[in-house]
Amino acid sequence: MNRIDQRFAELKAQGRKALIPYITAGDPGPEHSVGFMHALVEAGADIIELGVPFSDPMADGPVIQKACERALSKGTRLLDLFDMVREFRRTDTTTPVVLMGYLNPVERIGYDAFADAAAEAGVDGVLTVDMPPEEAVEFGPILKARGLASIFLVAPTTSNARAATICAHGEGYLYYVSLKGVTGSASLNAEDVASHLAPLREMTELPLCVGFGIRDGASAAAVAQVADGVIVGSALVNRIADSADDPAAIAPQLKAVLGEMRQAMDA
Amino acid sequence: MTKFSDLTRLPDARGHFGPYGGRFVSETLSFALDELEKNYAAMRDDPDFQAEFDYDLAHFVGRPSPLYHAKRWSDSLGGAQIWLKREDLNHTGAHKVNNTVGQALLAKKSGKPRVIAETGAGQHGVATATVAARLGLQCEVYMGAADVERQKLNVYRMHLLGAKVIPVDSGTRTLKDAMNEALRDWVTNVDDTFYIIGTVAGPHPYPLLVRDFNSVAGREARRQSLEQIGRLPDALIACVGGGSNAMGLFYPFVEDDEVAMYGVEAGGDGVETGRHAAPLASNAPRGVLHGNRTYLMSDAAGQVSDTHSISAGLDYPGVGPEHALWKDVGRVNYVAANDQQVLEAFRELTHMEGIMPALETAHALAHAKVLAPTMRPDQHIVINLSGRGDKDIMTVAKLDGIEF
Ligand SMILES: Cc1ncc(COP(=O)(O)O)c(C=O)c1O
Repeated sequence: MNRIDQRFAELKAQGRKALIPYITAGDPGPEHSVGFMHALVEAGADIIELGVPFSDPMADGPVIQKACERALSKGTRLLDLFDMVREFRRTDTTTPVVLMGYLNPVERIGYDAFADAAAEAGVDGVLTVDMPPEEAVEFGPILKARGLASIFLVAPTTSNARAATICAHGEGYLYYVSLKGVTGSASLNAEDVASHLAPLREMTELPLCVGFGIRDGASAAAVAQVADGVIVGSALVNRIADSADDPAAIAPQLKAVLGEMRQAMDA
Repeated sequence: MTKFSDLTRLPDARGHFGPYGGRFVSETLSFALDELEKNYAAMRDDPDFQAEFDYDLAHFVGRPSPLYHAKRWSDSLGGAQIWLKREDLNHTGAHKVNNTVGQALLAKKSGKPRVIAETGAGQHGVATATVAARLGLQCEVYMGAADVERQKLNVYRMHLLGAKVIPVDSGTRTLKDAMNEALRDWVTNVDDTFYIIGTVAGPHPYPLLVRDFNSVAGREARRQSLEQIGRLPDALIACVGGGSNAMGLFYPFVEDDEVAMYGVEAGGDGVETGRHAAPLASNAPRGVLHGNRTYLMSDAAGQVSDTHSISAGLDYPGVGPEHALWKDVGRVNYVAANDQQVLEAFRELTHMEGIMPALETAHALAHAKVLAPTMRPDQHIVINLSGRGDKDIMTVAKLDGIEF
């Protein structure tokens, strides 16, 4: 069983919701990322989304754009992420890792080479922001053949017909984008999210996770009431930005932010 | 092997031109693109829409634009006869307005009160601000901060037209970053905003509809060639940034196998230096950016490369997907002209014909200087004179050591 499915089965048995932090790999330098991943797990992360830095992150707001710039300025490449995951796996063999990013770095390496390297390193899922299922007809089966989950987005603007297609292709979990906008935008509305998740529940058995606009314990807890998982990115990346010049100070701050969410969700 | 006659049947239903094109966007935009595709499919076959579009092109844009025989310049080059398709005489001074007039009708039909655009040289921004003013739509234009600086005149023009110009400071501060920012705006304001893309790139259906709206230039040029030359020309030349003016000229000739075509990209300091904006001529790898797969300048890790060109409108690392296919099947020859050749061509046409071209357009002219002397005087070249050079006077003056 894929680690993602395993993790959601465990959570379900425990009656808990998944907490899924996102950080951009290589921010503020590639040597720090594995330490951050372990810190996030210690603070209660169930799954880690590791962002692949890209020169043109069109779906991201300023916070993650700047994270990409910091990571790229330190020379972080997609290949380095495989090393990070391999190192992470030396001591953590159970926490699922999802690579999240844009298609071009993957196309440049080639679908097969990417999937081989990701599977070998211990990656569990792949979310390609600018690749809807219609464009993934070649990539999807290549990932599947290596046991890697294809994770797709559903947006507030997605029609029910499209959502059904996405559910049919999706694996691991469904990433519901809580608002119209880029990452790091204004806060979400939990009632609104709930009304959008209801029809999705009818369509799929996949866990429904919600991202965009979750910034603190209160918003995490509100979303955990209606969803199977809570995804948090910019609130963490902001902490990294604040201490980019003092990397030793970052891990404790990440643990504080995530720990508050964990507590609020489990309360 | 693709027959050239097959090329007119593209894109396929999903917006693919062979391996290129498509719709690589984050999910929030899928619905807006579906809606645009549906609206455009309905309007494309609607005689009332076509009549309204034709009326606007005639009375607002000033079409048809002339096909002008540049006799003195042809004689001096000592080869083929050169004909200029005078898109510089369109209202607002470039081919860009053909497309914005068409997309404005779509925006009106979709009932959206706000339009946004990206712009490099500012010509597309001006053309968008112009149609927005005419229809009373709110208009915001994203422009790389470096381009705001080098195309100040157009920035002020947009301001006068009532548009807000938003300088983009991220990345390379040029056209690609302006497009990133416009896409971010669209994702946020998708309910009330229509995105007017300025070239034959972006997610499906943009490459298709921008091609359709610009093809009026090629249809006219084909008819005018038959009338004025007495036959089809031997060659066509156009500059290629995203590729809309080239597509507009070439498309109606694509099945005329005897007509050779040359797309001229920005060679910057020279393709061999790596400091250029010529993804096709430099054989850049295949990649995905701004919603479509195409030839894309990027490094071995897949990060999009910095580009270099004297002309803001060509300073872009990708190119429209249909051009990518046309390169692969050999229908069009894609070449590059470097900044130095471009400036020479700019000055030469200005002096010899009294026509001051845009620096983008001067790339096409630079290649004519290479091609025409290899041809006979009874052969004919049609060039898309895509825009006028008023906006570039400051750039050229600066090179001459003159500051205003
Ligand atoms: C006069 C002129 N020609 C050409 C271009 C390049 O665009 P395209 O390749 O889409 O024709 C521009 C873009 O700003 C322009 O202003």
